[in-house]
Amino acid sequence: MAKSPKNSVGRRGFLKHAAAGAAALAATPGLGTAQQAAPPPRGAPGPSGAQLAREAGVARPAATALVEHPGSDFMVDVLRALGLEYVAANPGSTFESLHESIINYGDNKMPEFLTCTHEESAVALCHGYAKIEGKPMMALIHGDIGLQHASMAIYNAYVDRVPVYMVVGNHVDGAERTSGVQSMHSGNDLGALVRDYTKWDDQPYSLGAFAESAVRAYKIATAPPRGPVLLVAHHEVQSHAMTGPAPRIPKLVMTAPPAGDSAAVAEAAGLLVNAERPLIVGERAVRSAEGLQLMVDLAETLQAPFNSQERMNFPTHHPLSGNGGTGYQPDVMLGLEVADLSNQTRAAHARGAKVIAISAMGLALKSNLQEFGHYAEVDLDIGADAEATLPYLIEACKKLITADRRRLIDERGRKLAEAHRQVRLANVEAAAYGWDSSPVSLARIAGELWPLVKDEDWSFVSPQAFAGNWPNRLWKMDKPYQYIGGQGAGGMGYGAPASVGAALANRKYGRLSINIQTDGDLNYAPGVLWTAAHHRIPLLSIMHNNRGYHQEVMFIEQMCSVHNRGADRAHIGTKLWDPNIDYTLMAKAYGLYAEGPISDPQQLAPALKRAIERVKNGEPALVDVVTQPR
Amino acid sequence: MGETILRVLMRTAALVVPVVLSAQPAPGGDATKGKDLFLKYSCYACHGFSGQNGPGARLVPMKMTAAGFVAYVRLPRTRQMPSFSAKVLSDEQLTDIHAYIKTLPESRPAKDIPALNQFKEQ
Repeated sequence: MAKSPKNSVGRRGFLKHAAAGAAALAATPGLGTAQQAAPPPRGAPGPSGAQLAREAGVARPAATALVEHPGSDFMVDVLRALGLEYVAANPGSTFESLHESIINYGDNKMPEFLTCTHEESAVALCHGYAKIEGKPMMALIHGDIGLQHASMAIYNAYVDRVPVYMVVGNHVDGAERTSGVQSMHSGNDLGALVRDYTKWDDQPYSLGAFAESAVRAYKIATAPPRGPVLLVAHHEVQSHAMTGPAPRIPKLVMTAPPAGDSAAVAEAAGLLVNAERPLIVGERAVRSAEGLQLMVDLAETLQAPFNSQERMNFPTHHPLSGNGGTGYQPDVMLGLEVADLSNQTRAAHARGAKVIAISAMGLALKSNLQEFGHYAEVDLDIGADAEATLPYLIEACKKLITADRRRLIDERGRKLAEAHRQVRLANVEAAAYGWDSSPVSLARIAGELWPLVKDEDWSFVSPQAFAGNWPNRLWKMDKPYQYIGGQGAGGMGYGAPASVGAALANRKYGRLSINIQTDGDLNYAPGVLWTAAHHRIPLLSIMHNNRGYHQEVMFIEQMCSVHNRGADRAHIGTKLWDPNIDYTLMAKAYGLYAEGPISDPQQLAPALKRAIERVKNGEPALVDVVTQPR
Repeated sequence: MGETILRVLMRTAALVVPVVLSAQPAPGGDATKGKDLFLKYSCYACHGFSGQNGPGARLVPMKMTAAGFVAYVRLPRTRQMPSFSAKVLSDEQLTDIHAYIKTLPESRPAKDIPALNQFKEQ
């Protein structure tokens, strides 16, 4: 509906007029004082004149009293003691005291403030950072509205078992907060909003309690199964002056991850060593570089194929990488931190095979959102962290392997190596399909990128399922940070901010961060591109621009078929065209180097080379590539 | 919004693809009409604009006869491939799509693509 220009008052105009009114109000002696003395009005009367004046930028906030040592200064000391390097936030008044303490008292170092344009981006940024750095980063969130914005990213991190350290501001004291915004943005139990998918939350009412809860939260977030934690920082605790000496900050003692019961580990070793065709499946198994080596050690000890899913659990070019090739029917399967083994277990039992699970995931499940899937009737369930358990399992296996068994195992390894080689060659052949086509094939993007990055210390920081898994199929990956997996809960809007967060963590190591960025994902909160530009976070983003929510295109097409109707309308509600989105312009608007759209595959490699040069100079760059749908 | 969806699709598919829509339509079908239908009915969604990219089966080179193609589309052997009944696409239309797919160029083998040879040597 068209708006009447006469009756319509834009926000800017509204604020300008309101500010003038507020100035007049302030100039009237006595009136302001009388209003301050009156009891706070009930209901939602709208912003006060002082608030409007403040927002309009024509008057500084009235300071009724100076606070020399706010509680939030101490909170900064606590956050620093925990080694939190960065805090990602979209600004909000519930944490204005802590915000000010971070940038002034803390000199904006440890933690350093990162400006985000959406709370979902802030949390997803922490998600990506933790996957590289192996420790949490902090998101600072504004009250209930910020927490609701952040919720999808929190759920992704929860399902992905990734630690994220969140602090949410709140005006808890109903007598102290104003009506209107402060009341609307506060709550009695903010943790309840996201408790179904956070590992732990607390709302301390004093600085001493804050220090203790803050350290406890860090411990809980980082102990397997890891996950996001939430602390409520009440505005009253932040902003009131400290009286007396600062409370003690408890020492952080990290929790050793749980390792498997020795009897159960011995039983698992017996099953694996005596198996004819063992298979190892790793999903969220590797937490560190040492963990990756342990996976290799186990696979080599058993000469068992290792099927790495979700993230980098096994070197892609290791001869034991894969599922053993065509016809390899495992008689014993070992699942390492696999969220849902129900299908594999059913299939295994149907052919008389056994399944062993080692996972800490079942040690901390919630009820409401059942992301853990179906119940798996595994034959041996070891409730423990896989990475922590592997040294014991490897040792137990080695003890059981006799010389005769060793010969059989080594013979199996030779066959598996050949099967692995055949799969790799088949991948190369498949990459040729549509190589010269336009739009550009996803395999060509991976193929053209590799020679440009292979001699760098590189890190692939985005999900790749929508990109046909081509980096995984072609590239030699042998470090945990070279592929950090997907969204966790499959929530879109993760890719762009998590890539920025991972690139932030990679920056101090001088790594080249690479993001194949799907268009649907970027459009959830593209402002994170600005965050990357503003904070000089080097990241190469290559748009996988298939101009649509392509998975949904295929789903709707299926549904048209099921309903015996044509798929000629499957584009409705699923495509991002007419007009096409110009990602080059978008990225430039946010301050990035960008070029494209590229539809001619011949133009791809030179564009990538130019963009990589920019990234190596410390800035984010984006190349918009119009792609085959998948 | 003046552009029809088909025109948007045609523009996307015709960017650089060396689509060989020669003056000689493939026997048994009209490749020009087939291209419209390939795009309009979202065949490209699973098989790619190239007919050989994506989660769907590789259609190029098309090895089925027109009759075999029609029969397969009516009753696919995989759950991933949606079926298209005669109510949705007639035999004649499917034959046109078949004719179009036969015009799509085959890819070079990997051995002729230097950028791919590097992966064989790793």
